[in-house]
Amino acid sequence: MKEYKILGEKDTRSGFGEGLVLAARENPNVVALCADLTPSVRMDLFQKEFPERFVEVGIAESNMISIASGMAICGKVPFVGSFAAFSTGRTYDQIRQSVAYSNTNVKIVGSHAGLTLGEDGATHQILEDIGLMKMLPNMVVINPCDHTQTKQATVAAARYNGPVYLRYGRPKVPVFLTEDTPFEIGKALMLNGGKDVSIIATGHLVWPSIQAAAELEKEGISAEVINIHTIKPLDNEAILSSVKKTGCVVACEEHMYNGGLADSIAQLLARNYPAPMEYIGVDDTFGESGKPMELMTKYGLDTEHIVLAVKKAIERK
Amino acid sequence: MKNIEKLQSISTQIRRDVIRMIAACASGHPGGSLGCADLFTALYFNTMDINPANFTREGKNEDMFFLSIGHIAPVWYSALARRGYFPVQELSTLRQLGTRLQGHPSYHSQLPGVRAASGSLGQGMSVAIGSALAKKMDKDDKLVYSLHGDGEIEEGQIWEAAMFAGANKVDNLISIIDMNGVQIDGRTENVCASSSLKDKFLAFKWVVLECNGNNMAELIATLQECKNHAFKGKPVMLLMHTLMGYGVDFMEDDNGWHGKAPSMEQAEKALSQLKETLGDY
Repeated sequence: MKEYKILGEKDTRSGFGEGLVLAARENPNVVALCADLTPSVRMDLFQKEFPERFVEVGIAESNMISIASGMAICGKVPFVGSFAAFSTGRTYDQIRQSVAYSNTNVKIVGSHAGLTLGEDGATHQILEDIGLMKMLPNMVVINPCDHTQTKQATVAAARYNGPVYLRYGRPKVPVFLTEDTPFEIGKALMLNGGKDVSIIATGHLVWPSIQAAAELEKEGISAEVINIHTIKPLDNEAILSSVKKTGCVVACEEHMYNGGLADSIAQLLARNYPAPMEYIGVDDTFGESGKPMELMTKYGLDTEHIVLAVKKAIERK
Repeated sequence: MKNIEKLQSISTQIRRDVIRMIAACASGHPGGSLGCADLFTALYFNTMDINPANFTREGKNEDMFFLSIGHIAPVWYSALARRGYFPVQELSTLRQLGTRLQGHPSYHSQLPGVRAASGSLGQGMSVAIGSALAKKMDKDDKLVYSLHGDGEIEEGQIWEAAMFAGANKVDNLISIIDMNGVQIDGRTENVCASSSLKDKFLAFKWVVLECNGNNMAELIATLQECKNHAFKGKPVMLLMHTLMGYGVDFMEDDNGWHGKAPSMEQAEKALSQLKETLGDY
């Protein structure tokens, strides 16, 4: 088992904030727009360094998305930020017409995604955003797993020409990837080689997946752990070659089963290599108030549940 | 006066194009298209500083136009073709399989002159604001225009955009509302009475002008006045009063012609009222 050390505890949103500044230093056309959540989504660093390239839109997310598309038409690279619930769900029609269909170079940023938003409850805990965004033609969907990867993904999104949805979270979580870890949009990251099961994880579920693999190793089960940070376009080749080797899969994400990473993997396998598959995710229900990690446990999004799901998948082989 | 007459003859031909395009594919929106034919003529043949021969999406150092009410695409397509953005003959492909002239404007189909999709209402003012902001950042002193409907402004996003543009002094933006007073379900005052749009936009810190959008001389003069108000700290709103269906007597001021194609007989009757001035495609 490859060993991963916790290098610190940091929120992925701060990775975005740092990445945005790096992207802006690299490309003078990078601009940022926010809807009254500038410190929360971590656009404050950018605002401080590039005040003339920052637009405070006010609490008007639909307006913000369409303004960004108008800026992109003129050659800007706008990052638009809000909580994921509002930057995707509230603005779906604007994204569909002015960003995806018009293929404008807009980077939609969804902070505070999923259950780990915590205490604010279900109105703010979107669990459908990956599905909403991946359904749109032209849209790239990225859900990085730690502070380091979020920073890398932000820089990569700015370099990529086309619409991107970048999803990240609120709480401090383990940082385990080093700065020299490769990151390429659409390219899976192999975290641990194994032969009995493929654990394929995205976002906040990647670290618990690594921990689950370590637990399983003690019981003689060899788990391959693959990080899919880019849900669309999916790295079909990496997933298929892993499942052909291990014969079963557990997909892990802080999102609904419906429309999420699991859904994409299931479609891929159904057409190419049907195999037993278990889901770690939220099953057609809304979230609720609570502390982030309490919620993750209650909804079965933790190491213990991944271990159980792996055993079930292996049994079904 | 010569120039006005020339513009009027162009707008008559554009009206003919609109009727012929919509009748040929038996679908589309003639009412608003006819009502706005004079505006498109004025903008594309007189008012805007544009570069049809070398169209770029970015529109650097030229005026830009966004059609927020995408359903009146036929009049836009005709104006673009007549101004040289693409071959006039292509107008015959409206709404047909494989065409660049989609039922509602599309960037996806790569029609020169079109920079963004529209059709889902209420978004175009925001898009225009975005381009206006980008022009300011780039120190580009050209203008951005957007066209809206007086039914469209029932969409909430219009008011988000109006508030933003006034508060942020987006003074390189000229927005126009086609005040034809009708929408699909009837007269706007009966569907959702907006009361005074002039007062509303004044309260949102816009300069507001009004004119008859079917009087070419008045329209040209008022658009010039709009331009004179640019770069003075406020966005500019033109409340343009038109008659839906203008130029075809049986279509005028009748919401039944919002989105209904004329039959071939009706088209013939309409064309008999619109002189062929530049040659049909």
